[in-house]
Amino acid sequence: MDSNDAVYDGLKDAGIDFVVSVPCVNLSEILNRLDEDPEIIHVPVTREEEGIGICAGAYLGGKKPAILMQNSGLGNSINALKSLTELYEFPLVMIMSHRGTEGESIVGQIPMGESTPRILEAMNFNFFKPQTPEAAYDDIRLSWEMSEEEGKPISILLEIKYW
Amino acid sequence: MARYKAIQDIMENIDEELVVCNIGFPSRELYEINDRSRNFYMIGSMGLASSIGLGLALSKPGDDIVVIDGDGSLLMNMGSLATVFANNPSNLTWIIIDNGAYGSTGNQDTYAQLIDLVETAKGVGFKNSFHYLDIDLKEVINSEDASFIVYETEPGNSKAPIIDIDPITIKERFMSSI
Repeated sequence: MDSNDAVYDGLKDAGIDFVVSVPCVNLSEILNRLDEDPEIIHVPVTREEEGIGICAGAYLGGKKPAILMQNSGLGNSINALKSLTELYEFPLVMIMSHRGTEGESIVGQIPMGESTPRILEAMNFNFFKPQTPEAAYDDIRLSWEMSEEEGKPISILLEIKYW
Repeated sequence: MARYKAIQDIMENIDEELVVCNIGFPSRELYEINDRSRNFYMIGSMGLASSIGLGLALSKPGDDIVVIDGDGSLLMNMGSLATVFANNPSNLTWIIIDNGAYGSTGNQDTYAQLIDLVETAKGVGFKNSFHYLDIDLKEVINSEDASFIVYETEPGNSKAPIIDIDPITIKERFMSSI
């Protein structure tokens, strides 16, 4: 299974029909495919925090939303994820390109990359770190239902070596 | 006049529209003025009223969405001007109650006192960017582009109480009203 197919098919089979994004080079092929998919509304956003608000509105309007972003966007979204998403129990799937992991060439990605899993733990949000496309597909496919049950966001961290 | 009267004026034009209201006193005042299941009250996440409204507008193209926002909150999420403009949902009407102050935290000045917000939105590209007192709100709600409206008021809060319904109930009754 191809690493991009796994994410895209996982989102489709989870029923995701509304995506907001801030790009990462590792997500570019998936973002292009989302743009071409007539069953998915794709809204590029200026900053991830704004995307969390848009996802909440989309859920109010009957959609199943996900955000695609770099893990740096988690840092930009922490308050909204707590005082909007968790407070009102909005389900949300967060697909994160996890930069700053093994193989990272940009030094600026490393501090946030190292802290990302611990930030999610401190937020008391469940996350997956699939190492293969097969595992990513399964985790993403089940993530929406899990998020609905928990009333909290579910994150999928895709490290550099995943791609 | 202060925000309370502005919200009263706005709500006189509201029938079936879905309303998303800014955090703090704006939501408290709306709750006191005209509580309805088609109001979504923000209890947290300052700045995101227009983003919630945008997600809703894109998901429910058959419903009209009115966002009651504030100048301080707009300044916290200026990127939303670009995102709302670029997506241009015709069913979204975004009203800024501009009192030049962070009203819910003690009326500290905002930089909006120095900025013409109507011109700012025009500069971004909004075809519909108006002062509230120059327009008929209902006509603007029914127009064919996303709209940005600034209602200038004095600072000041009413004695509206804290909203006594919990966030999950706010969400559930809002969704069942759609």
